[in-house]
Amino acid sequence: MEYGTLLLGLAVIFGLFMAWGIGANDVANAMGTSVGSRALNIRQAVFVAAVFVFAGAWLAGGEVTQTIRSGMVDSALLADSPSLLVYGMLAALAAAGTWLLTASYFGWPVSTTHSIIGAIIGFAVVGLGFEVVRWERVGTIAISWVLSPMIGGMIAFALFRSIQLLILDTVDPLKNAKRWAPLYIFLTAFVTALVTMFKGLTHVGLDLTTAQAYSFAVLISVAVVVVGLFAIRRLRFEEASLQAHGSHFSDVEKVFGVMMVVTGCAMAFALGSNDVANAVGPLAAVVDVIQTGEVDPETVVPMWVLLLGGFGIVFGLFTYGHKVIATVGTGITQLTPSRGYAATAAAAATVVLASGTGLPISTTHTLVGAILGVGMARGIAAIDLRLVRMIFMSWIVTLPAGAILAIVFFFILRGLLG
Amino acid sequence: MSPKNFVFELFGRSPVRPLQAHMEKVRACIAELPPFIEAMARDDWDTARVQQKKIVKLEHEADRLKKDLRLHLPKGMMLAMSRRDVLDTLLIQDRIANMAKDIAGLMLGRQMQFPANMQGPLQRFLDRSVDAVNQAGRAVNELDELVEAGFRGHEVEVVNDILTELDQIEHESDEAQREVREILFAQEAELPPVNVIFMYRVIDSIGELADLAQRVGSRLQLMLAK
Repeated sequence: MEYGTLLLGLAVIFGLFMAWGIGANDVANAMGTSVGSRALNIRQAVFVAAVFVFAGAWLAGGEVTQTIRSGMVDSALLADSPSLLVYGMLAALAAAGTWLLTASYFGWPVSTTHSIIGAIIGFAVVGLGFEVVRWERVGTIAISWVLSPMIGGMIAFALFRSIQLLILDTVDPLKNAKRWAPLYIFLTAFVTALVTMFKGLTHVGLDLTTAQAYSFAVLISVAVVVVGLFAIRRLRFEEASLQAHGSHFSDVEKVFGVMMVVTGCAMAFALGSNDVANAVGPLAAVVDVIQTGEVDPETVVPMWVLLLGGFGIVFGLFTYGHKVIATVGTGITQLTPSRGYAATAAAAATVVLASGTGLPISTTHTLVGAILGVGMARGIAAIDLRLVRMIFMSWIVTLPAGAILAIVFFFILRGLLG
Repeated sequence: MSPKNFVFELFGRSPVRPLQAHMEKVRACIAELPPFIEAMARDDWDTARVQQKKIVKLEHEADRLKKDLRLHLPKGMMLAMSRRDVLDTLLIQDRIANMAKDIAGLMLGRQMQFPANMQGPLQRFLDRSVDAVNQAGRAVNELDELVEAGFRGHEVEVVNDILTELDQIEHESDEAQREVREILFAQEAELPPVNVIFMYRVIDSIGELADLAQRVGSRLQLMLAK
């Protein structure tokens, strides 16, 4: 293939660009509340996020990457035109990266997954024709616009109500927070561990049966609970406020701060495993075609590609993400650890449920729904509904925007490189 | 490119802190009223004038906080409490400060002097009304904790206790008001009639302070009932 090195270089640059965008914006959502609740300082948060994002990308990123590179478009139809696939994937990366950058600039919470899927659909339609696209999959994505925030919202509502019943609304919330914390930490760790087992570990060579996966998940979760209890024991409480006030939510929130760190790690891990695919999926396809000259949807994603994606995300986190974490962490926010815990844990749980039933859903969408769910339980003093409307609009716009940008980039690339 | 984050922009400005800040201002305003009336009683016009200016200034500041909060509660907000109740509470709180300003203005303008035998009971009556306002302030202060608890459970009992006590204080202020009126009634024939009319008006206004404080309480009760 001519221009092989050039195309490979372009693919690496575009892939890094996209990974940078993911690290710069999305990871802060996972770590911000931990900083805000002073459970971690900014430096620790960036470090912890880097470790977990990288681990997620490396350990569990392979499976999702396969879906992105070959799930949306019928690859058999591409077998005759490998160069089209290369231009298309390059265009998709550039388009999704541009759209993400634009969206981040305006503060729209668009989904990385949907940007890249929209872009791939866009190039497929103009480059190969209408029928190559698996439209039934596009349909399920449209359904997920409604379903994922709704499910996330309902779980968050239920989770926050349980926190209210068991902890916040009792005579001694601090005592109850300490009593129930292990349960909540266990739930979070269990859910994350289970996703990893089911979604990713086959990729690094571990093939577990369902029973093995469950027992490993339990083991890991128990270990996390022990660490969490240790951290809670080390907390310093201002017990004096009890007499003065009758309730002392600042101490309770410290306990939730510890839980929040666990959920933050879980989210960072999930982000690494899911979103790295958006950056390296197309890259992997390009690499494959350039190295073999053929289109083969079944080849394994090379490890260095995943590592590159993980590196890009961590780089984004270091160069730009820490600023977002800082604004989130130091600014006055209403997302106290208890609310943050309920919302993020619900989002994580929803993603697991959805993976189990094969629904493609976006973490971003689910998280917004989950926050609304906590708000419905009267847990958040004020939610800006105008912003919610704008967020919904930006989701719907993401697919066509990604598609149109990809078409533009596709024609530019084909025009330039032939 | 400034760092933006949608999760945290999703949250509108909570009305709780501004409402509490406004109530704090109202309490500060009311707190200047007893020293003012004391100064009037001992013919200390300089102090009275200074006090009256303080009251007007604090009422002004409360007004500014009120307008600020109103601007920050547009229709597109999902609140943990009803928008109506928040705005009503704000309005009633504001009327407390207005009332204090009116009392001070009226007394200073008419150079009003209560008969010597009324001074003690009047101070006690005023103190009770000020207590009622302070008690309402304590209830408003619990609002952030209420949001934290999601308006349920134990924290609701804490607020209900505060409100029960508020009702009690308002009741005592009513009693004190009746006592003051009786003393005035016994000697009203000997005093200049126009002065007596305005004395009754001041007494009513002081009683109104406690009534308004109680109405703040009942608005909070409505927020709990949802």
